[in-house]
Amino acid sequence: MRPRAGRPSHIPGFRAGRQAHGIAHSLRMWTELLARLLGRPVRGRLVPHPARLGPPKIDVFRVGHRFANRVVALRDVNVAVHSGEFVCLVGPSGCGKTTLLYALAGHIAPSGGRISVDGVQVTGPGPDRLLVFQEPALFPWLTVRQNLVFALRSRGLGRAEADARAREYVHLVHLDGFEDTLPHQLSGGMRMRVQLARALAMDPAVLLMDEPFAALDAQTRSHMHELLQRIWTRDRKTVVFVTHDVREALVLGDRVVVMAARPGRVLHDLEVHLPRPRDPDDPALVEMSRLVREELRRAERAAAEAAAPGEAPDATRPPDDGAPRRSAPALGAPL
Amino acid sequence: MTASVGRLAADGRLGAATARSLGRLVQGYGISAALGVPLGIAMARSLLVQRALRPAVLGLQALPSICWLPLAVLWFGLSETAILFVVVMGSLLAVAIATEDGVSGIDPVLLRAAGTLGIHGPRFVAGVLLPAALPGILTGLKLGWSFAWRALMAGELLFVAGGLGQLLSQGRELLDAAQVMGVMLCIVAIGVAVDQVLFRLLEVRIRRRWGLVEVS
Repeated sequence: MRPRAGRPSHIPGFRAGRQAHGIAHSLRMWTELLARLLGRPVRGRLVPHPARLGPPKIDVFRVGHRFANRVVALRDVNVAVHSGEFVCLVGPSGCGKTTLLYALAGHIAPSGGRISVDGVQVTGPGPDRLLVFQEPALFPWLTVRQNLVFALRSRGLGRAEADARAREYVHLVHLDGFEDTLPHQLSGGMRMRVQLARALAMDPAVLLMDEPFAALDAQTRSHMHELLQRIWTRDRKTVVFVTHDVREALVLGDRVVVMAARPGRVLHDLEVHLPRPRDPDDPALVEMSRLVREELRRAERAAAEAAAPGEAPDATRPPDDGAPRRSAPALGAPL
Repeated sequence: MTASVGRLAADGRLGAATARSLGRLVQGYGISAALGVPLGIAMARSLLVQRALRPAVLGLQALPSICWLPLAVLWFGLSETAILFVVVMGSLLAVAIATEDGVSGIDPVLLRAAGTLGIHGPRFVAGVLLPAALPGILTGLKLGWSFAWRALMAGELLFVAGGLGQLLSQGRELLDAAQVMGVMLCIVAIGVAVDQVLFRLLEVRIRRRWGLVEVS
């Protein structure tokens, strides 16, 4: 019997899915890249993330999660995030990216594997990790300032200190003059900025963001990207950012962890080499985004074929192999 | 009828009876609000409390409050306490059930936000749970108020202890339909005044602050 693909190594950061016939695919990727390099100058690069030395800030080790309805949300996910990194988890809906983020936050206990922050296993929500939601999640009966002050006071800050800090962060997100406004009197983008200000004011070691800009219009979203990039270059917080928008991931992330669905798993762990601040319309970035999307589509097709083998016979697959076919990732090849 | 009400008001009987009834109401209603809100929160937040008390609460809710009177008289005698007990039992459960609904209906995102911000303990209950459920709790308090008012009137009618209810039954004994109708009118007026003025005002304010209505 052939060894099952994707047997994990014990090195954090190792991605599952390395397979023999991946070589042919990776060769194709190399030639494609070479042609592109010769054809026109490429400013940025997208390379596989090398396993870094030193203890990671967040260590996701062989994490799997199965919902009560037997749906496998995550299978054997390994990600190591180091302090100060901006990591984007990107993938189609159902790939488990949000499940993974909630597991990091401690709102979900994964059914397998281990998640630790600074070497301490995550067992519940903690002050070192703060989740930023897709919805503004503000307390509607409190004004903008009170929302910040209430959260800060619960961390044991004095009234004067909390007030000063609230003012500072309201200023940081350009909401001066709206301190005494109620959330429902603000626009969606402004509410999101308040949530961001509240999260940053709490000064968590790790910021976990769950598609925070998905509900905003394109214009507001790009403003939020600029704001977040500026704040991040200033503070260098560790950020794990979930999105289904590949372009958004490439604009924001140092690293883009590409995930695929059924079962939820990590397809690629890539480093984005592009100068900041990044422009979403930068041709290099657009090209990268196209490649990542292509990769995602390929994985989706492979999963669909594996799910319905009769409909789409695959010549490359050994006929006697009962194991479901994994996608053929181009590991080791720059995209 | 107006003359009859005027006569009652003039000799101070109406004023005294109203004061007496309202005094009882405030006490009884205060107790049931003070017990009902925490009970409702406990039922919504703790599975154990919910499993243990919810069937009893729902069952007893079906019991008209005046049915508590015989038991109250057995336990407390013909005393002020017996009437208070009837008022409390009449409104407590309504308040508790509405509070439970209000708390269970809180947007889960708010609870998760409170969790990730590390808000817990008394600060969570007072700062997140109560205000978030306040619109629902207010509905419960309003309902509880009208139940308490009814229970009180029924109690006063059946058992002589002063108050508007007694004035009503006195009118019946004297075969004075004008007095009966006059007192009925007073009871309606007080009920409507509290319901429409006090609660309406509070409700509008809260809904506006919470952003549940369009601010014009």
